[in-house]
Amino acid sequence: MGLAKRIIPCLDVDNGRVVKGVQFLDIRDAGDPVEVAKRYDEQGADEITFLDITASSDDRATTVHMVEAIASQVFIPLTVGGGIRTCDDIRRMLNAGADKVGINTAAVFNPEFVREAAQRFGSQCIVVAIDAKKVSQEGEEDKWEIFTHGGRKPTGLDAVEWAKKMVDYGAGEILLTSMDRDGTKNGFDLGVTSAISDAVHVPVIASGGVGNLEHLVDGVIQGKADAVLAASIFHFGEYTVPEAKEFMAERGIEMRL
Amino acid sequence: MTLASNKTVAVIDYGMGNLHSVAKALEHVADENTQVIVTSDPAVIDAADRVLLPGVGAIRDCIGEMYNTGLVPSIQKAMKEKPFLAICVGIQSLMSHSEENAGVDCLNHFAGNALFFGEEHKDYDGSKLKVPHMGWNQVKQSITHPLWKDIPDQARFYFVHSFYVVPEDKSEVAGTCDYGHEFCVALARDNVFAVQFHPEKSHKDGLQLYKNFLNWDGKP
Repeated sequence: MGLAKRIIPCLDVDNGRVVKGVQFLDIRDAGDPVEVAKRYDEQGADEITFLDITASSDDRATTVHMVEAIASQVFIPLTVGGGIRTCDDIRRMLNAGADKVGINTAAVFNPEFVREAAQRFGSQCIVVAIDAKKVSQEGEEDKWEIFTHGGRKPTGLDAVEWAKKMVDYGAGEILLTSMDRDGTKNGFDLGVTSAISDAVHVPVIASGGVGNLEHLVDGVIQGKADAVLAASIFHFGEYTVPEAKEFMAERGIEMRL
Repeated sequence: MTLASNKTVAVIDYGMGNLHSVAKALEHVADENTQVIVTSDPAVIDAADRVLLPGVGAIRDCIGEMYNTGLVPSIQKAMKEKPFLAICVGIQSLMSHSEENAGVDCLNHFAGNALFFGEEHKDYDGSKLKVPHMGWNQVKQSITHPLWKDIPDQARFYFVHSFYVVPEDKSEVAGTCDYGHEFCVALARDNVFAVQFHPEKSHKDGLQLYKNFLNWDGKP
């Protein structure tokens, strides 16, 4: 009995629609964000993450309206990420009803932004999103590096060290996405997940690669993740959130059923 | 036709940010005669039928802003005379003292302190527990109370906090939770109720607690 592990459906939103690409290609439409969020809320999702992948800044206003619409109807925590670069961006999203914001690329280019944001809004609402790729070769000691721009640009930053630094700067949670696995349905990168979970004292959300319910179990048990994030297995009806929770609970994981 | 509502609930805005979720959740469960007002106006708080004190961020800023905005007298007054609910950092602000930010004196409605879980927090078996305590945990109801009406014992609520309250008078404990050790997550005395979790983020049981608050006459 105690704190439950969380299941977090993720809405990747482009031009006002939920989409899901396979390694950022081949984007498939998965519906209206407000309707999708309501469905997951009704299914008993523990949280919802809304990731704005729209490139143009014109559409940011649309995002704010969508976050407002979701937050008025969904009474579980809502994280909004994508394009968060300034404290004004954060304030706008929190005022729209987000509980947490995800900072990704902006943290890489300006780590002080994370410190400033945590001091201003509190660590509890600052999630630092880390996109990591394995860079060590077979037989070498495991090593993961931070990448930006959808996994295209290496930064030279070691993923585990970076996670520790971000927590020192005030991140209240780490959203860890394996760029090797994202969209592949081959399961989380458990190595980097457990390495970062062991290295920091804040919760870690595992993301990237979920293809079946066994992967969710692995993320928690082997990856030591506090929460698991998934998109396509839920969006396209392969599994429901309750099915996932029951499966994990049967495997001995504390869940909110 | 009059625009005046029969009942008002004031959500105190002392400049610590997002009150959208709290207000929306209250509106969601409020009947047509209840008006939810997010306010920093002492007169509105004084006139309200019931008062909700939210809290977010660090305690020093919270307490500081309560004083800076001149709202402390209205908060103290409301706690003496009408149904009053404090949430999250709100509960911590009602204690005598918090050890956050190198120590901050609080409003002293409940005798006791807010303590840090610690960055090396451990479970009973010695395994590492993450801090903040973030997510859905079970709340054991220590007493029968109108605010627990229609909420199952051990229901899960959403938490996000690194400090927890330790009241001196254990008879004021209304609910507890377990995270490495058992600790107080709800306090009750007379017309004041306070919770560490976020009802507005706790789905149907959280909404039920808000509904209970709107129906509460302030008697234990």
